[in-house]
Amino acid sequence: MRVPLSWLREYVDLPAGATGRDVAERLVRAGLEVETVEQIGADLKGPLVVGEVLSIEELTGFKKPIRHCFVNVGAANGTGEPQEIVCGATNFAVGDKVVVVLPGAVLPGPFPIAARQTYGHTSAGMICSARELGMGDEHNGIIVLPPEYEPGTDAVELLQLVDEVLDIAVTPDRGYCLSMRGVAREAAAAYGLPLADPALLDVPPANSFGYLVKVNDPAGCDRFVARTVVGVDPNAKSPLWLQRRLQKSGIRPISLTVDITNYVMLEVGQPLHAYDKQRVNGPITVRRAEQGETLTTLDGVERKLAAEDLLICDNSGPIGLAGVMGGASTEILDPAAGPGTTEVIIEAAHFDPVAIARTAKRHKLPSEASKRFERGVDPEAARAAAQRAVDLLVLIAGGTDEAGVTDIAAPHPVRTITIAADLPDRVAGTAYGRETVTRRLQEVGCSVAGADVLEVTPPTWRPDLTDPYDLAEEVIRLEGYDNVPARMPNVPPGKGLTEGQRINRRIGVALAAAGYVEVNNYPFLGETAWDALGLEADDRRRRTVKLVNPLNDEEPALRTTLLPGLLGALRRNIGRGNTDLAIYETGTVFLPKDELSVAPRPAVDHRPSAEELAELDAALPDQPRRIAVALAGERLPSGWWGKGSEASWADAVEAARTVARAAGVELTVRQGQLAPWHPGRCAELVVAGTDRVVGHAGELHPRVVKALGLPARSAAMEIDVDLLTADGAERVSGPTVSGFPVATQDVALIVDTAVPAADVEAALRAGAGELLEALRLFDVFTGEQVGEGKKSLAYALRFRAVDRTLTADEATAAREAAVAEAVARTGAVLRGA
Amino acid sequence: MSAPNKSYDPVEVEALKPEVVEQARDEAIAAFAAAGTLDELKQAKVAHTGDRSPLSLANREIGALPPHAKAAAGKLIGQARGAVNQALAKRQAELEAERDARVLVEEAVDVTLPFDRAPRGARHPLTTMAERIEDTFVAMGYQVAEGPEVEAEWLNFDALNLGPDHPARSMQDTFFVQAPDGSADSGVVLRTQTSPVQARTMLDREPPIYVICPGRVYRTDELDATHTPVFRQVEGLAVDEGITFADLKGTIEVLVEKLIGDHLELRWRPSYFPFTEPSAEVDLQCFVCLGASVGNPDRPCRTCSSEGWIELGGCGVVNPRVLVACGVDPNRYSGFAFGLGLERILMNRHNVADMRDMVEGDVRFTLPFGMEI
Repeated sequence: MRVPLSWLREYVDLPAGATGRDVAERLVRAGLEVETVEQIGADLKGPLVVGEVLSIEELTGFKKPIRHCFVNVGAANGTGEPQEIVCGATNFAVGDKVVVVLPGAVLPGPFPIAARQTYGHTSAGMICSARELGMGDEHNGIIVLPPEYEPGTDAVELLQLVDEVLDIAVTPDRGYCLSMRGVAREAAAAYGLPLADPALLDVPPANSFGYLVKVNDPAGCDRFVARTVVGVDPNAKSPLWLQRRLQKSGIRPISLTVDITNYVMLEVGQPLHAYDKQRVNGPITVRRAEQGETLTTLDGVERKLAAEDLLICDNSGPIGLAGVMGGASTEILDPAAGPGTTEVIIEAAHFDPVAIARTAKRHKLPSEASKRFERGVDPEAARAAAQRAVDLLVLIAGGTDEAGVTDIAAPHPVRTITIAADLPDRVAGTAYGRETVTRRLQEVGCSVAGADVLEVTPPTWRPDLTDPYDLAEEVIRLEGYDNVPARMPNVPPGKGLTEGQRINRRIGVALAAAGYVEVNNYPFLGETAWDALGLEADDRRRRTVKLVNPLNDEEPALRTTLLPGLLGALRRNIGRGNTDLAIYETGTVFLPKDELSVAPRPAVDHRPSAEELAELDAALPDQPRRIAVALAGERLPSGWWGKGSEASWADAVEAARTVARAAGVELTVRQGQLAPWHPGRCAELVVAGTDRVVGHAGELHPRVVKALGLPARSAAMEIDVDLLTADGAERVSGPTVSGFPVATQDVALIVDTAVPAADVEAALRAGAGELLEALRLFDVFTGEQVGEGKKSLAYALRFRAVDRTLTADEATAAREAAVAEAVARTGAVLRGA
Repeated sequence: MSAPNKSYDPVEVEALKPEVVEQARDEAIAAFAAAGTLDELKQAKVAHTGDRSPLSLANREIGALPPHAKAAAGKLIGQARGAVNQALAKRQAELEAERDARVLVEEAVDVTLPFDRAPRGARHPLTTMAERIEDTFVAMGYQVAEGPEVEAEWLNFDALNLGPDHPARSMQDTFFVQAPDGSADSGVVLRTQTSPVQARTMLDREPPIYVICPGRVYRTDELDATHTPVFRQVEGLAVDEGITFADLKGTIEVLVEKLIGDHLELRWRPSYFPFTEPSAEVDLQCFVCLGASVGNPDRPCRTCSSEGWIELGGCGVVNPRVLVACGVDPNRYSGFAFGLGLERILMNRHNVADMRDMVEGDVRFTLPFGMEI
């Protein structure tokens, strides 16, 4: 809602010195969201005057029509002589009154005006268009004024070019503030001043000879006021003041009748519609649409109507989408295109907010009218609004108001709210007292009775006030939030973070400490992501949650793995020249359940049943938490100290171990195979001692690397954190630290290449028994010495007893037992034996 | 060695003459002093304290002396050797100290050589910002609650007093999830706010409830410098006996003080959210211009668009209807709730000009934020 300050002052006698910003600040503190205060004409400087065109000479030989004019500007130019002006517009004639800016003036821009030579003549000033004066965006030539103004008259004042406009974003509960009347009421309360209510008009009572209206759906339309005006001058133009107020409010002047309906809507908040009475065929009926009906609306679009749409109809069928947009067939006619409209029906009705909201949404037609009806319009303002429109048509358009007054009103129950007088005190945590509460409620228009318990009747323009808390809010906001004291609640001792939350933090810290940088990616993706990863057609990860209205039609699905987003971030970084990368992401993936269902919508007047809550959750996909890393380039940089190392499958597996360690879970690594990993370089990650696969790590498949434009050997890992930590972290049992000397023995075992090192290690550990303190693989060797298809694994074994110094024989015996077990389990041969 | 000789006169033994002994002593001390290196000192040591040195040889003569002469000769030689050994030890220490000092100088390196062999990592500032806020509240006794991002419409809207036709529902541009039949009537959305976590918490446990709910939320905004369709919120909820708007104010003030400091003014203005009543928006004085840009076209402020205030978040006293839908007795309990957008706080607290930097995952953006914020 755009509110010109000059207009606002008509209803509230604001302090003369109050600027737009001052008023805005008061309104903001009362709860109106004033987004901007526009300074209209702030950089405008005169002289800007009314001129009368005395002569026009058409100049030829130029690319566009040019006029050389003399204009009478009265005494405004100091000489009284005609002003010589060259002009590029052609929409004026000799004798027209125009707006002339004289040398020395500054137009909005700022655009200083000086006399200059152009097209072979002197141009001492300019004849102005609306856009040049900052009045609006219209660009159909210069302004031609009504003939009654004297040359030389100051046009800055005449055209109201200097003003301040408050732009207010009206929240859904404050529908009444979509009007000057509503904003003025707030301003009056904020300044403690009386309000001149524009809806307080003398209105003749309803009678039986008004235009015939039938309301067949009183639930959808509980008020319908119709008035008629005849003898309207179709050529009458909206006066400047009216045009300017509309322009400043952001509405384009169209024709006098339409301008008046818009003006009254802005003033009182009641949307009006004007019909060409001679084009309406018989009585007006308000009803719901029938299946298959159509209506061509004012914007020229033919709309298929739905059965729920509320319609205004005549004998010919629908002539308007009630409260949303009128129909083309009964539109006010423009005299420029034939005989103009001379007889007008004014409709001021009240429609059901929900019906209007649905129709506006269904037809994607958010109009000024629907915006107001959705948020609630004062049903008692309809009569006054219609009267105001009639008065203006009579006054400006020379019409005659007919005596018939149609007013159909469904009975309105009086809403009374019972509120404990101290409720605002209890909600705010301060003491206002009953008198203040009563006074503030009266200020917003409520009638209040009672003492400790108040009986409050809210005003008809506040449909949002429905329960005691609504009333408490009114009191608290008008008293000012700044005046509510600040206090701390008495919070009982808390339990801190949960184990899962601590684990999530630890995982992030561990990866960052290991040199990984966290990224966050959008979860949106499409089929091409799966193709790039080389997923089979029946891969479960292709089964996704899909959006009805994705931002990008190519990416309608939610991720089932973090990899597409993460690898995208990897490539984005590489594209920006960050070549050595280790990044990670943690977040949820979205896995559709096997059985899909629709979420119920339980009632909200009580807690849903356990079954209903279970159904709600059953309709949601599984949303486990994942963590993933991606690597490319050098993992350890080369430098003056020597060569670094390239990121590889091993770093990805190590990242998984880092995550597991942070989570306090031991991980077993097995050879695996899963897209998008390299089939020979993919580790399957299993929680030790279980068969629970929690993720994969390794080098990416060369085809995937190529498809995604990544460097060769790029690696990645993804783990399901929820699965990983399903058993909780194991509590560490403190080891017994032996002070006896260590006995170190090395063994080198030759095994088939296909034998996993993890199996050899497990066998050595099992065979060595409890004297084994630590075991470390320090070399892997392949080559002629060990033979084709074989590899040599060299281990350092550290033996130690907790209670004695081991003899060499004991250590050797333990080593031999370890080797024997490896031989038995893996077919290993002791190297050099 | 000569046999004991009772008539032997010690003065007769040349090597034991005091002047000879003293000369040998002095020569030894002089030789040590003259040694310029540890090697030279070693040679001097052999020459003057070795088996063939004059003092050693003299010492051997003592055995052959008559008993009455042994003591005096022993004392003479002993004193001389003592002085020699002392001089040797002293010189040895001096030369070793010199050598050590020289080696340390020779081993000097350029310690300004860059050494970045261990790759640096960092956590995303939105993550650590959320943790900072969580910790502030956990310290007060709150708990951190989480919930699903794909959420039932009922929990995202209806339970929060946003009925199907509520105008506020169109204020939030919602991503709807396809139903099994492909239609939009799944009853499931991408949550537009973390408030459903509050509803879940109330459905889950009995008051008193003090929780903080961080998480990702979704709205159908295109990505630009100040909007992102996926962003982070932190919401807080307190439900207890006697909770008031004053408790909310105190809590927000503490949060702002911990997060930003207590040097900036707060502005509380009435607003509208269906789930709270009364509702408020909290603005923080612009930390760049401190309000000086307001109405001052010569000094525009990009940070606050010359408004003088930066929107911090929305809050209010929980609407009793929300309590009812979540099974909390509104006659016994009341509550407050607040919600903050983390991106905006990060932009303001750390001078981030473009929201796109937070979502694109460029490591150059994230690295400087390190492990905590």
